[in-house]
Amino acid sequence: MKVLEVNVEILVCARRVPDTSENEIELNSAGNDIERDDLVYSINEPDNYAVEEALQLVARTGGKVTVVTVGGEDDEEILRREMAMGANHGVLISDEAFNGSDSRGISTILKAFVQRGKYDLILTGVQAEDGGAQIGGMLAALLDYPFASLVNSIEVLDGRKLRISREIEGGNKEISEIDLPCVLSIQTGINEPRYVGMKGIRAVASLPIPIFGASDLGVDPTVAGEAAAKVKRVGYFIPSLGKGAEILHGTREENIEKVLELIAAKGGLR
Amino acid sequence: MVGIQSTAQVTSWLDAGRGLFLSIHVLGIGCFGYIVAKRLTPLIRGQRDLRFDQPLTRLGKVLKYWLGQWKHPRYRVAGTMHMLIFAGFLVLAIRAFSVLIVGVSQNFVMPGLSGRAGPIYNTITDYAATIVFLCMVFAVIRRLGFRPARYDVPARYGKAHTADAIFLLALIAILMVADSLFAAAKATAQAQQGQLAEALAAFSLPWFLQRALLSTSLPALGKLYFGAYLLHEVTFYFLLCYRPFGIQFHVETSLFNIYFAKPDREILKPVRWGVSDEHLDQVKSFGVKTFEDFTWKHMLDFYSCADCGRCSDNCPANAVGRPLSPRFIGIKARDYAFQHYPMFGHAGNGSRLIGKIYSEDEIWSCTTCGACEEECPLLVEHIDKIVDLRRGMIDDGNVPQSLQKPLKALENRGNPYGKMEKKKADWTKPENFQQTCKVRILNGNNGAELLYFVDSITSFDDRLQSIGRVTAKILNYVGENFGILGAAEQDSGHEVRRFGEETLFMALREHNIASIQASGVRRIVTADPHAYNALKHDYQNIPPVEHISQLIAREVKAGNLRFNPVENNGRVYTYHDPCYLGRHNQIYDDPRDVLDAIPGLKRVEMSRSRDRSFCCGGGGLMLFYEPKEDQRMGVKRVQMAAEAGANVIVTACPFCMVNIEDAIKVSGLEGKMTAIDLTELVDQQMAREGQKVA
Repeated sequence: MKVLEVNVEILVCARRVPDTSENEIELNSAGNDIERDDLVYSINEPDNYAVEEALQLVARTGGKVTVVTVGGEDDEEILRREMAMGANHGVLISDEAFNGSDSRGISTILKAFVQRGKYDLILTGVQAEDGGAQIGGMLAALLDYPFASLVNSIEVLDGRKLRISREIEGGNKEISEIDLPCVLSIQTGINEPRYVGMKGIRAVASLPIPIFGASDLGVDPTVAGEAAAKVKRVGYFIPSLGKGAEILHGTREENIEKVLELIAAKGGLR
Repeated sequence: MVGIQSTAQVTSWLDAGRGLFLSIHVLGIGCFGYIVAKRLTPLIRGQRDLRFDQPLTRLGKVLKYWLGQWKHPRYRVAGTMHMLIFAGFLVLAIRAFSVLIVGVSQNFVMPGLSGRAGPIYNTITDYAATIVFLCMVFAVIRRLGFRPARYDVPARYGKAHTADAIFLLALIAILMVADSLFAAAKATAQAQQGQLAEALAAFSLPWFLQRALLSTSLPALGKLYFGAYLLHEVTFYFLLCYRPFGIQFHVETSLFNIYFAKPDREILKPVRWGVSDEHLDQVKSFGVKTFEDFTWKHMLDFYSCADCGRCSDNCPANAVGRPLSPRFIGIKARDYAFQHYPMFGHAGNGSRLIGKIYSEDEIWSCTTCGACEEECPLLVEHIDKIVDLRRGMIDDGNVPQSLQKPLKALENRGNPYGKMEKKKADWTKPENFQQTCKVRILNGNNGAELLYFVDSITSFDDRLQSIGRVTAKILNYVGENFGILGAAEQDSGHEVRRFGEETLFMALREHNIASIQASGVRRIVTADPHAYNALKHDYQNIPPVEHISQLIAREVKAGNLRFNPVENNGRVYTYHDPCYLGRHNQIYDDPRDVLDAIPGLKRVEMSRSRDRSFCCGGGGLMLFYEPKEDQRMGVKRVQMAAEAGANVIVTACPFCMVNIEDAIKVSGLEGKMTAIDLTELVDQQMAREGQKVA
């Protein structure tokens, strides 16, 4: 079903995060982080949409998909999952010197990796579930690539161009053309990511995942890692459970009226 | 030998056609052989299916379901007709073959029918032909006049099959007429020549035809005799060669389909026959993706379907307007096979079935309730095919988003809700419960005899934790030395497997088997029929498992459990059979016996009960699936209870409870109808110490 033979080389930057739907987030005793002992981790969900989009794209045009993450050896797990989805390569960037990097540090590391390869298109998820939607924009700026955020459709055009759309308020779309190479941050809902089960992950279990360190990438530890971080986490706040529920005691009709009123008051109805 | 000599002249009428008849024989048999060989091609290309074991069990099935037509009386009119036609065909088979041979060898008499048995057999066949003929007439009238709804073909599945059905019925009717005319012309001619004519059975079709022919001249009779023979032979071979193109192929295939049917219906088909679980990693592709991924037996199922519509008539998914009709799972596959394995030319390359002949929603719509299989007279295996198609979709990553979350949570946390393992036993924590009933978490050193396997929904759902607590109270009451696995218990994986995620199921099963073995118990009980079915049929090397209703029934019978009379006389109870307790495990009576042991409890049956129970909407992962439907299954079920005059629905499954309670709310029957689990009712009515028992 290839319609265009243009061979797009895609890099997806992904990240492993605590799975919000399968954890109960509690504050640690020091109060500066969450309790991480019983947590289960998975790929940051928006990144999963980015990988799926990359896979659908190369299925139409030809090309290869590489998934990269900056982290530790535990993070290899998400690379395997994305390779089981169909990504051609997984790359782990890991170095003790990188620990404690802020978003600019991570972007600097990723920039060094991008420059080692030849990627036409770099995708990130719209944001990390435990992060701040910063990497895409910073990486583009550092690379001096064009950048579009909140992208919810991609079409490959002739002449190294993409037609993309961006979600704007109220379900409208703004349609733009963007030159390759570029960086896009992918909105969730752009596609329906395929399922990956244990079988798929087992099938890629023995594929090699190269690890790049600071020296491999030529990243000076002074530009990444804790020392270089200008943004530092100092605390963590978890709201206490409030009495959020209001129980309506009227007849069914009265309750329906009341519910409509409440939704309208919160801006849910126009 | 007297008979043969006396009919010498009559039989010589066929002499002139001997060459013609012989060539029709050769042509007919040749064509049939060719067609069957072509039809067998996909079966040879299909997957392995080990069905050559247990010959005695299989012969038993043949006697019961083929010769005995066991399922047919479930549909009174159609079933009776079918049994008559089937019996007629069996009787007529010998006559049909001897008539065919007579065309080329006039003096042929079927061995065994030369003596006295001959006339007796002929009398029986005269009547058999008459009955079959009348059945055909009636069937045509029924198809055209009464049009039972289950024969309808919804527009999305193509054109109506009525014309084809009537054409086939007509061909059989013609065959019967030709056969009778042949006998009548012969008998009339013999009578006219003053020969000893064989008496035709009074008021049979040949007998009436003989009356009509009385004044026909001898030469005309000769032509009629010849013509009837030719018509019979041509119709016979036409039917033989035409049947493999439609619904009547079951005439040939049914015997084999039933012989090769699964001896134990509850054992789900393995991913690949002949590949053990340990070697499953080497299987590249799971499930059915292309037609050739079906096993040869499943292909035989497609050929054997008689299009009777009973499966879909009983399918709850079909009843609520989901895009699934089990009948067309088979019909569409058969049409695909006919198209891609043509009579002439090469077989097509296998393309993906999902998106071509099946839709994703169609395959996810099935609750695996088993109503279709319960009904099928030909023992077609629907569930295995659905599961195999789902395995294929899972393998391709083609899974609805609504199911991906719970599947991933099962992988990470061992339950579909993504709850933390350490909270698995939280249902035992409420203070007022803990004081009266201590539930131990087994570690292998408690010396417990019985394991209560709770499973995910009862452990984590706020409403259903009550079933867990009353189950523990009942076990406590009857003096069982029991405990639970707590955090070491993961989801039984029952729906995980039935939704096609075999690898994940195997991981859950492996974990649970190890936990159960480590607990050191000798028996297992569960209040969840899905867990019961999984532990009983999907697990190996664990102690025997019971459903709580079996245990309660036994304790009631032994006199260890006695009930206070029900106080509210306005209550009318009805028992809803959970699919995985009833249809899949034939536990129909134990729950009813328990209910009937409660003094003063008034119980009615719904019209759909026991093996015709109507699925509540499905359990396990089905709770997460968002089907396209006009109505909820549960709502239909609640209406059935109301029609039966009940206002309390008793069930014995946590999933039924969820679905039925929701359905009561949705259908606005809150306050008028309630649902209660059998365990909750038992707990409510148990005569506690110090209480008086009536």
